[in-house]
Amino acid sequence: MNLVIAMAIGIVFGSGIWLLLRPRSFQVLTGLMLMSYAVNLFIFIMGRVWLDKAPFTPAGKAIDPAQLADPLPQALVLTAIVIGFATTALYLVVMIGARGLTGTDHVDGEEPEV
Amino acid sequence: MSFSLSQHLLILPILLPLICGALLAPFTQGAHRMKFGLAYASVLGQLAVALMLMLRTDSGAGNTGIGVYLAANWSAPFGIALMADRLSALMLLLTSVLALAALHYAMQRWSRIGVHFHPLFQFLLMGINGAFLTHDLFNLFVFFEVMLAASYGLVLHGYNAERLRASMQYIAVNLAAALLFLLGTSLIYATTGTLNMADLAARIGAMPLENSGLLKLGVTVLVLAFLVKGAMWPLGFWLPTTYAAASPPVAAMLVLMTKVGAYVILRLWLLLFSDGTNAGFGFDALLWGGMATIVFGAAGMLSTDSAGRMAGYSATISSGTLLAVIGYGQPSLVTAGLYYLIGSTLAVAAFLLLIELIDRIRSPSAAMLALTMEAWAVDDSEPDDSPNEPRGRGVPAAMAFLSVAFAACALMIAGLPPLSGFVAKFGMFHALLNPEGEVIRRAGWVLMALVFVSGLIAIISMLRFGVRTFWAAQVVTPPRLHLSEVAPVTLLLLLSVAMTVQARPLFDYLGRASADIHRPANYIERVLHEPAVPGPAAQGATP
Repeated sequence: MNLVIAMAIGIVFGSGIWLLLRPRSFQVLTGLMLMSYAVNLFIFIMGRVWLDKAPFTPAGKAIDPAQLADPLPQALVLTAIVIGFATTALYLVVMIGARGLTGTDHVDGEEPEV
Repeated sequence: MSFSLSQHLLILPILLPLICGALLAPFTQGAHRMKFGLAYASVLGQLAVALMLMLRTDSGAGNTGIGVYLAANWSAPFGIALMADRLSALMLLLTSVLALAALHYAMQRWSRIGVHFHPLFQFLLMGINGAFLTHDLFNLFVFFEVMLAASYGLVLHGYNAERLRASMQYIAVNLAAALLFLLGTSLIYATTGTLNMADLAARIGAMPLENSGLLKLGVTVLVLAFLVKGAMWPLGFWLPTTYAAASPPVAAMLVLMTKVGAYVILRLWLLLFSDGTNAGFGFDALLWGGMATIVFGAAGMLSTDSAGRMAGYSATISSGTLLAVIGYGQPSLVTAGLYYLIGSTLAVAAFLLLIELIDRIRSPSAAMLALTMEAWAVDDSEPDDSPNEPRGRGVPAAMAFLSVAFAACALMIAGLPPLSGFVAKFGMFHALLNPEGEVIRRAGWVLMALVFVSGLIAIISMLRFGVRTFWAAQVVTPPRLHLSEVAPVTLLLLLSVAMTVQARPLFDYLGRASADIHRPANYIERVLHEPAVPGPAAQGATP
């Protein structure tokens, strides 16, 4: 299980890096999004992979932390998702603006000389 | 308990700009005076709070000069703790002074083009202040993102193709850095189970060396994010382009943002790796990386013609010097480094504000700006219309001001006497030549040589620019300067003079600040034992 998740995160992150290094701004944006998905998964997995553990404390029982899932990475990943979403949207706006003003979608704002 | 009475003072530098920015956000066009007044009041308030925090931390001898604020009243390792000591109070003060200057500069023109300058500016301040105050790694990430999101908007302020192009790269680099920040934070949480910095310091100090591999990996990934912000050599290529493209008041604030990176590294590194089993990790990398940054900045400064890029490269040099100073790992050197941090921030910020005024000598009409101003229907009629001075009879006051201010900036950036740059470099050399009980390390000599040579290079390129602008210019029309643009530059330069005159008390204060951050045990003790306020149920039970 751990191996599968680690490989999945690695592949998504690697694809993200490859796209990030591409010259077109939409590819860069997609790369950033893939990388942020991989990072979100990574944060989530840092709470360890558990099966069948309750996220909440049952009422009226003594609390045993070993029986519960770690809630902190879940809270962290939620924050990270929200922030990542907002900044990606912002980058999209800048990208559209750059396309309109410079007439090209190259990240340098000009076509490379062939 | 000197902090218990007005403990909420500590969260004011975050709340004040947050509330002010939220109030300003709904106003789109018009009402310039009201918007400016509100923003100005908020910055003045932050200045007052920073001064009060500085006095409190410096006088609180029985309390080890550390104020702790438990957000939502959760005691330390569980909730988010805010923490103010001498160093963070000083950085808050520097922030509010720079913000005051930048905002005042923006009064006449820059805040009037575009609609959301003021709210973005306030959110930027909120992010910076928060990054200085927080004592929790994930909370630091949130404040970094607030700061960055506001800065993306501000770099784009006064929308043109050059700014857009610079923003594309600036945003992409910083989004990638934010991902590294998250990776590092989650690795640290996975290995230690805590995100509170003091708790982290206690656990890392006790962690056996053979188990700390994953942790060190996490911290390294984390610190990459700050090094991108602080523009260390292989990570700082975005900086000169962005500085040159941003509008002057924004660029002045960006200078401070590189210092946020250096500040976090200083605080985190001394807290986590100055004591215990894992002491000394990574200092060499910071030292040599910092020195490589100085070389890169100096080379860039020699190679460029544009004043904006020159300012960017001088910020790179000062970042590199700071990182090398932190990496050298000697408390007395950190004291001088902090003095250098304040001085160079003021100097580079003043220079960035000055560049726009100097540019008006060459193109008095400032065609691009005028066009934008017209589009936004900004009334540019100046009350004090300066008459056309006759040529060849004396130097017009505006030219005299520009050249004197430029000379002062050049002296400070290059580190020549009599201004603060010289005192800072002298202090650093003094600390390097008087090591604590051992011989001077080879790296110390290299660092001294690099600081010396970079100063020389700075003065060469500043001279080249100055001669070309003030002496060799073909047509010199005295530019029209508004008082609101002259005053902030003057303020920053006068502050630097004051730093030189009052160098002794300032060095004493910085010495105490540096001694504080070299004793992580104090923070661990103070933050982890801050009592939570008893809840209303407990209070209600007593009467």
